[in-house]
Amino acid sequence: MADITLNIDGVAVIVPAGTTILKAAEKLGRTVPTICYHDHCTANGLCRICVVEVEGVKPLLPACLSRVSEGMKVSTAGTRVERSRRTILEMLVSAVDLSEAPEIQNFLNQYHADRMRFPDADRRDAQVLDDNPMYIRDYAKCILCWRCVQVCADDAQFTYAINFKGRGFDTGIGTFFDKPMPETTCVFCGQCVGVCPTGALKPKREALLEQGISLEGILQATMGGKKRRRNTP
Amino acid sequence: MSDTRVDPLRSVLAELAPQGRSALLPALQAAQRHHGWIDQDIAKKVSVALGVPLADIFGVLDFYAMLYREPVGRTVLRVCSAPVCALAGADALADSLCRHLQIASGEISSDGEFTIEHAPCLGLCDRAPVVLAGEAVVAPADPVRPASICAPTKQTTPSFVGGDIRILTGHCGNGRTTSLADYRKRGGYAGLKKALTMTSQSVLAEVKAAGLVGRGGAAFPTGIKWEGAANALGQPKYIVCNADESEPGTFKDRILMEQDPHRTIEGMTIAAYAVGASRGYVYVRGEYRYAFDIMSTAVVAAREAGIIGANVFGSQLSFDIEMRLGAGAYICGEETALLESIEGKRGLPRIKPPFPTTNGLFGKPTVINNVETFCNVPLIIERGAHEYRKLGTEKSPGSKLFCVSGQVERPGLYEVPFGISLRHLVFDLAGGVKPNRKLQALLMGGAAGAFALEKDLDVILSFESLSAAALSLGSGAVMVFDDTADMRDVLKRLGHFFADESCGKCYPCQLGTWRQHELLERAAAGHPVAGDRERLSDIGVTMIDASLCGLGQTAPLAVLSAMKLWPEMFNPQHSGRGDS
Amino acid sequence: MIAADRVVSTTCPYCGVGCNLELHIKDDYIYKVTSPFDGVVNHGNLCVKGRFGYDFIYNKDRVTTPLIRKEAQAPGTRSQAFDHDQWREVSWDEALDYTASRLVEIYQRDGADAMAVYCCAKATNEDNYLLQKLFRALFRTNNIDHCTRLCHAGSVVALQMALGTSAMSNTAAEVIHSDVFLVTGSNTAETHPIIALQMKAAVEKHGAKLIVVDPRRVEMVNWAALWLPEKPGTDVPLFSAMAHVIVKERLYNRDFIDRRTEGFDDFCKSIEPFTPEYAEAISGVERNLIVQAARMYATAKNAAIYWALGIPEHSHGTDNAMSLIHLALLTGHIGRQGTGLNPLRGQNNVQGASDSGAMPWHYPGYQRVDDEASGRKFEQAWNIEPGGLNRRLGLTTTEIMSAIAPGGVRALHIMGENPMMSEPNLNHTRHMMEQLEFLSVQDLFINETGAYADVFLPVASWAEKEGTFTNTDRRVQRVRKALEPRGQARADWQIICDLAERIEKKLGRSRSAFWAYQSPDEVLEEMGRIVPEYAGVKYRRIEKQGIQTPVWDDNHPGTPFLFPETFPRGRGKFYDLEYIPSVEMPDEEYPFILTTGRLLEHWHGGTLTRHSKLDDLYPQARIEINPADGARLKIEDGQTVRVSSRRGTVVLRAWLTQRTTVGVVFIPMHFAEAAANLLTIDALDPLAKIPEYKACAVSVVSAGKEELPPSITRGRY
Repeated sequence: MADITLNIDGVAVIVPAGTTILKAAEKLGRTVPTICYHDHCTANGLCRICVVEVEGVKPLLPACLSRVSEGMKVSTAGTRVERSRRTILEMLVSAVDLSEAPEIQNFLNQYHADRMRFPDADRRDAQVLDDNPMYIRDYAKCILCWRCVQVCADDAQFTYAINFKGRGFDTGIGTFFDKPMPETTCVFCGQCVGVCPTGALKPKREALLEQGISLEGILQATMGGKKRRRNTP
Repeated sequence: MSDTRVDPLRSVLAELAPQGRSALLPALQAAQRHHGWIDQDIAKKVSVALGVPLADIFGVLDFYAMLYREPVGRTVLRVCSAPVCALAGADALADSLCRHLQIASGEISSDGEFTIEHAPCLGLCDRAPVVLAGEAVVAPADPVRPASICAPTKQTTPSFVGGDIRILTGHCGNGRTTSLADYRKRGGYAGLKKALTMTSQSVLAEVKAAGLVGRGGAAFPTGIKWEGAANALGQPKYIVCNADESEPGTFKDRILMEQDPHRTIEGMTIAAYAVGASRGYVYVRGEYRYAFDIMSTAVVAAREAGIIGANVFGSQLSFDIEMRLGAGAYICGEETALLESIEGKRGLPRIKPPFPTTNGLFGKPTVINNVETFCNVPLIIERGAHEYRKLGTEKSPGSKLFCVSGQVERPGLYEVPFGISLRHLVFDLAGGVKPNRKLQALLMGGAAGAFALEKDLDVILSFESLSAAALSLGSGAVMVFDDTADMRDVLKRLGHFFADESCGKCYPCQLGTWRQHELLERAAAGHPVAGDRERLSDIGVTMIDASLCGLGQTAPLAVLSAMKLWPEMFNPQHSGRGDS
Repeated sequence: MIAADRVVSTTCPYCGVGCNLELHIKDDYIYKVTSPFDGVVNHGNLCVKGRFGYDFIYNKDRVTTPLIRKEAQAPGTRSQAFDHDQWREVSWDEALDYTASRLVEIYQRDGADAMAVYCCAKATNEDNYLLQKLFRALFRTNNIDHCTRLCHAGSVVALQMALGTSAMSNTAAEVIHSDVFLVTGSNTAETHPIIALQMKAAVEKHGAKLIVVDPRRVEMVNWAALWLPEKPGTDVPLFSAMAHVIVKERLYNRDFIDRRTEGFDDFCKSIEPFTPEYAEAISGVERNLIVQAARMYATAKNAAIYWALGIPEHSHGTDNAMSLIHLALLTGHIGRQGTGLNPLRGQNNVQGASDSGAMPWHYPGYQRVDDEASGRKFEQAWNIEPGGLNRRLGLTTTEIMSAIAPGGVRALHIMGENPMMSEPNLNHTRHMMEQLEFLSVQDLFINETGAYADVFLPVASWAEKEGTFTNTDRRVQRVRKALEPRGQARADWQIICDLAERIEKKLGRSRSAFWAYQSPDEVLEEMGRIVPEYAGVKYRRIEKQGIQTPVWDDNHPGTPFLFPETFPRGRGKFYDLEYIPSVEMPDEEYPFILTTGRLLEHWHGGTLTRHSKLDDLYPQARIEINPADGARLKIEDGQTVRVSSRRGTVVLRAWLTQRTTVGVVFIPMHFAEAAANLLTIDALDPLAKIPEYKACAVSVVSAGKEELPPSITRGRY
């Protein structure tokens, strides 16, 4: 297929057909902010932080998914785009613990987001789930980027131990009837831990180390009761 | 765990198993009908039968409001709490039921018989307030007779059907279902017969020439949609009827399905011929059990009469229809979310492009249209585009069904040609506001619409005129509010509606509808905080600009419209809360 | 949040996939393992062992000082000493001098045939190269082997006979280019998890069709278009029947057969009796499945065969592998991307250990010890007088074990292997181990084998030394030192060099074979000078990404798939095969076929994983029994059972599951308290000398809970 010429922020760039706006911008050295996007996972355009303005198109488009077209004119900055990004960030930080998401913290600064814009707002609070020897789940930090569900499913592992639960703001990540991980099909491959951007999924040893527990203490730490492996028929 | 509880399920699962994941909702619904709710054991059986991972089943189970993963009363009393029913006393109705059964909303009565739930708009707005008692409709429900509400029999007065013309609604209005025999006697299926004598290209051309646009709210040119699917590669192709009518204030599709089911079937079959499709689905919202049953019966009758199935009317066209019942999710009215739901998944909209015409149901070319849209098709073919265009305006040909509800004399379904005024619809046809009341506002296009005032009454009801006036046509819902209505409460309920129905996929809507709902709650309680107007504005514009689908893009419209019309609604009180 | 002090790139020590790991370290503690998403082997994906299973490094039971048995051991009365206070902590000097003295003493008294060494498929190429060099150069023996004997020896021998070489012919990731692939004798999802992911992606996203041939309903069956549930040990008739169909229906690749094979006409005759009906009667697989599988494989554009130990671990394992090779030779599905004959090597460096010469019949690079030219070449490389190296084929591990007796093997040195868990017929193995005159062991933990040793030399773990591993698809990758060795532990290669120098001195050799390497890359370079396939493998070339052998020189880019034009022996050869039943078939007394294998969470003898948190995920042995058998035996799920063969007994819990077929039971090999190999038979394949782990006869009866052995307490934390 032929290459495409388009215009990003006033600069022309030529890329192969099928390239996303995100990658085309990267070629020009322009970084469009992303949160849910990960090269190793299917892009879903969830966070919308990567929205850009495309001439002739009414809504803003997600750069991570939108493919370039001949003669397209893209603005990766501007008031519309920045307003959306800032508001999304303000809403996100008002709902989720982003203390271990340095990239998102940078965006909050970059877009002058008011971290206290929604002071009495509902947060996604959750108890830390420590139900297996390998990793902990702290869904108060979960930004619903979908990566963990996807790598457990068709993006990598085809194990399908976790999925969504609830709906809307109350959406969460969970297991079948909230069973502890050792009672699911989870094989503890840690693919999910490897892609989590906010520390919601974390190796247990890392979590213990962060809590300042000594090496000896970490080595001693046992989880309650030996868990038998799943009994899939 | 006794086996008898899953025994009736076993044969259902065996029958559904070949469909795999796509049969997930039907399987869960069947299980729930037998058992009342879905526990782990049942979920596991479904998982094994259909080959769906357990965590996925739980995710689907937990997404749909009408599927239960915990015990629930044998009859769920769903009390509509949308604005129109609220104005008709929904809160008092709910209280009455709670006191009668001695439970709070969400609880199960001690005998296990009942659970009370607040429900979103149930599509019976013209006979508010409404309760869905299990599958039985009680409309209007009398708060002083809670016991009779709890007896699960259908108690409803028929909808009023009126208007300047009665073409689409020609067989509606006497509270009866038009049988196949009646439909044919009155000229039904003539359009389909005629289409079968034409080439599919000319059928397409006719629909294009007629200028028909979608009647579900998006108003996309139908002929172009069909043409896209006709030209797309992939087999089989699908015709999907979007009967998930859930826009608050809308009940037209329900009436069309309940009273003239074959018209939709005919429209779908003509579409199948035009596009080269062999399979069809009708997806009816879960709360419309009665409409679902009637459509199902009609489909069977049509099949038995050789009208659908192999060789439609003896022609080369083979087209059959499967019925699907939704499970309580407004988002499943969004076309791609609806397709996801048929495929057995959470109703999460897909990214567009690609569009359903090329990558639709199961990835195949799909035409998905609203009930009312399909109902227009037979007469377009039968009479021809030219004749069809004699009604309506240049840019908005044909007739439109409007659902008028709220504080108006004659709530009901009205069929009018495009081009009449709003005043004519509300005041001439629907009788206007009640005596000694003044019109405060009209909400045009449902919850995802905008407010009109008295000064807007002369706007012409057509796509082009309404657009120019920055008002929505949407699904054709018109909710009337007189001067006794508390608009803050209306907005609060609209905000609650979207927060509840947001699917949770994209951040602007998942977060924005909830924040919006919190802000509208405190405005309705009388204590907005300084900066709330700016917050709502930022949230609203962000949702419009950056949401993934139409729900997010339209959820703030009513709020933004209200902020323009009644800015004082969001002024912080002096005695109110502190600053942000 | 923690900021790592350093992040070190290395290669996983567990399985043959060879995933790239990034170890995140703070205060010398590895708190997290990640993997780069752009890595070509595993694309950022890991399994539970690679991701979390490194913690054995910190187990307090790691031996960190050299040890000598307090109580002197004598042949015939050897005992196991698991507790540290049965050992004396000594200096390296004392330990190595002692080891050198005893080895030299026995060598000088009884000669080369009395010496034997088990090399280590988990140690690096450099470790293995040096250890075989030591025993060949210094003790002039070829009694050198490692656990491949127990693993893929049958595959290796068959491939050498048919093609002239033996390694996975293609790269595992090529499975996405196959439109049909066959997986047999492999529970890939548990033993090569990352390859399984690639296979699943091939099916789900690239339209590939999978055929699984396995007595067990392994996880990959969920992705299979066809599952042929054969009885254990019936591979030759089954695959030969597939060949029969391919020949009869003329689905073979005539062009390929003419250009690149020999013996086809004789083969066609020999295949006559192997009709699908015949195969059905023996294997229990419906004939039309066999026919379908044959057609699917033969008519594919690109078809590949993957197999693991269900094929070679039989008394006719070489024949089994040969029957697979025939399919590729018939159809030409080899020598192209997305095709091939792909034995999945188990250990992280079994390919490398074999390449490095840890073999009784081959020097490094598969150059035969009984070939004069090879002998001279290595004599030159190692500074040995002409004719000095032993020209006779040495003993394999199983033969070494059987030869322990006066007049036979007297001294055994073991690097990182645990024959007391991994050899078949462990009661016999125990008896033989007890006959040793001298046993020296270099390892991380005192396991069931090390407990017998006279001297124990503590080694650095894989994270504590530099080196290379060669994975199953021949990729040589870097292993890096992320931590200092615990206590006084030393890298294996350094121990070997130190030991070698002392031995040389005691032997009074005038010429040294050379042991003064400054760093392991010098070792690999020396090996590359005498192993043509490794000539171009240099540390500087594999800093970022490994390279696949053969690498003929410094400019050669490596070899993703083999045999595009020709086989090393020229033409691929067909062989006559006949059906030979497993040595021990079920009967009234022992009515079940026991097949053994592995689990995802554990590794082989358990030395690593039972000292890791991984043990928490699967802490107890279980026997897999089909529910129909369970019902007949009146055994409930979770019940304690006693399982006996003619050789031994174990007591463990039952797991009723469809994973195993009727008449077949499965016990994983990892649990010392219920060691599956107490039951297995030491019948050997005549060519490869590999034991028949996959089929013997057992009885299963219910037992009382009180008979369950206590959980192993050592090594847990």
